[in-house]
Amino acid sequence: MTDLIRYTAAETATAIASGTVSAVEVAQAHLDRIDAVDKKVNAFLHVDTEGALAAARAVDAKRAKGEELGPLAGVPLALKDVFTTEGIPTTCGSKILEGWIPPYDATLTARLKDAGVVILGKTNMDEFAMGSSTENSAFGPTGNPWDLSRIPGGSGGGSAAALAAYEAPLAIGTDTGGSIRQPGAVTGTVGVKPTYGSVSRYGLVAFSSSLDQGGPCARTVLDAALLHEAIAGHDPLDSTSIDAPVPAVVAAAKMRDIRGMRIGIVKEFAGEGYQAGVMQRFHESVELLRELGAEVVEVSCPSFTLALPAYYLIAPSEASSNLARFDAMRYGLRVGDDGTRSAEDVTALTREAGFGDEVKRRIILGTYALSSGYYDAYYGSAQKVRTLISRDFDAAFAGVDVLISPTTPTTAFPIGERADDPMAMYLADLCTIPSNLAGNAAMSLPCGLAPEDNLPVGLQIIAPAMADDRLYRVGGAVEAALNDKWGHPLLEEAPAL
Amino acid sequence: MPGITREEVAHLARLSRLELQAEELDHFAEQLDVIIGAVARVSEVAGQDVPPTSHPLPLTNVMRADEVRPSLTPEQALSGAPASEEQRFRVPQILGED
Repeated sequence: MTDLIRYTAAETATAIASGTVSAVEVAQAHLDRIDAVDKKVNAFLHVDTEGALAAARAVDAKRAKGEELGPLAGVPLALKDVFTTEGIPTTCGSKILEGWIPPYDATLTARLKDAGVVILGKTNMDEFAMGSSTENSAFGPTGNPWDLSRIPGGSGGGSAAALAAYEAPLAIGTDTGGSIRQPGAVTGTVGVKPTYGSVSRYGLVAFSSSLDQGGPCARTVLDAALLHEAIAGHDPLDSTSIDAPVPAVVAAAKMRDIRGMRIGIVKEFAGEGYQAGVMQRFHESVELLRELGAEVVEVSCPSFTLALPAYYLIAPSEASSNLARFDAMRYGLRVGDDGTRSAEDVTALTREAGFGDEVKRRIILGTYALSSGYYDAYYGSAQKVRTLISRDFDAAFAGVDVLISPTTPTTAFPIGERADDPMAMYLADLCTIPSNLAGNAAMSLPCGLAPEDNLPVGLQIIAPAMADDRLYRVGGAVEAALNDKWGHPLLEEAPAL
Repeated sequence: MPGITREEVAHLARLSRLELQAEELDHFAEQLDVIIGAVARVSEVAGQDVPPTSHPLPLTNVMRADEVRPSLTPEQALSGAPASEEQRFRVPQILGED
């Protein structure tokens, strides 16, 4: 039974479809694993035992009737607690939504259910997806399965940790500035931010609407591709959803041939602040890409140096507006309603009690950036930087098929180290932010352990919008070559929990 | 580019409907001053003749057919409300007594 939790999603689906194992056995094995290790990891905020077993039974019943099963039928998944789930609590890691039970499913949730995916529960996250360490959750931090005293990244630390701890073979994250890719990098797992607009945001609790994008998290590139195809596609309920065919990412993940591809190294993502072991593994990846037949060149994207400042104006500005909906009137927490206070006072007291420090900081920062007198200098300039970044990407992609960089400047840092130093925390997103500002596609996959601390390093691959298949083509080839070199997937080197 | 003062933070908190405590004001003012100092670099491009980008997709006026479709029942819509009455959200007093 222990083996079931080590299967990839593709292997699990095949085993269930062929009848080697039942979906209920698979779900139970993962629920048992969660029971055994999650007190230590704290990846889950809510485990839906009954719902998971019921979904698994439905898949088994379908198979018994001889009906055709989808490519992920019966595969368990950990869902970031920022997507609404009908009848199941959705907190966004915030006290202000503690106990809220949504009356509807997000489009993404509905698609997972339609695909026969077994949703095990909801995962821990930085409050409203604001953070890079999952320490900003109102419900306590998540530990990195490689070293429980270190952060699992954020904001989707719970989803990444659930994968690395073998609590689920698949997970869902959201990436506003790196919240899928950075947790993937520091936990030795795979995370993809699809092209903006390719995965529906309907039922995704909004943080920064022009940047937020849901996406797949997995232990292998192929598994991420299978999940990508299950969740992507046009949704009329999301007015920013792209009405175009989803790139063939599963086929690309299986290609394992990158001969003749042109790959650009982003020159700006190196230097001060980058850990030596991270750069060492990155340079080895570059050599590997050359050995695999790709042509690797250096490219310059000068405006990327302004991406972090622009992001920390744009994202808080949009957040200050989006989070105005938490007004204590229609859902969530209400504090101080004793009959003597006005609605306005009750709102202010509730938000004071219900939001954590990082959310408050960003609301104030966003309100500042949007206020008259500062708007042009801050928000206006940040929007211009956004244009310049898109132009840099366009110029780079005129000469290369994909860009590469380290996903994060450092490996996982100790819990608490940056908790009270917001600027130090923000630096974790240095390499991931440009793709959010431009709306293109990017992946992080493991490329080794940093020699100085034996912690995972992520390789980031960036592709133009709607060319997500290129991520999987390069990622699949790199993963296969590295597994050959190591003799096993990197995650097998993680210490037992 | 000027930094941010404790008074400005208090004003912004009021605008944002956040009843901050005195210690929070001290702490946030200090941290926000550092953050604003770092992000102010974007104003390097303020004078440049570059169009702003507010969104990665150039979409405008996305419409759907105006058809009646099933939606939440009043009970479902009110299910998360802190207080409700007669199929309505019950809220604290909004206008003054007189």
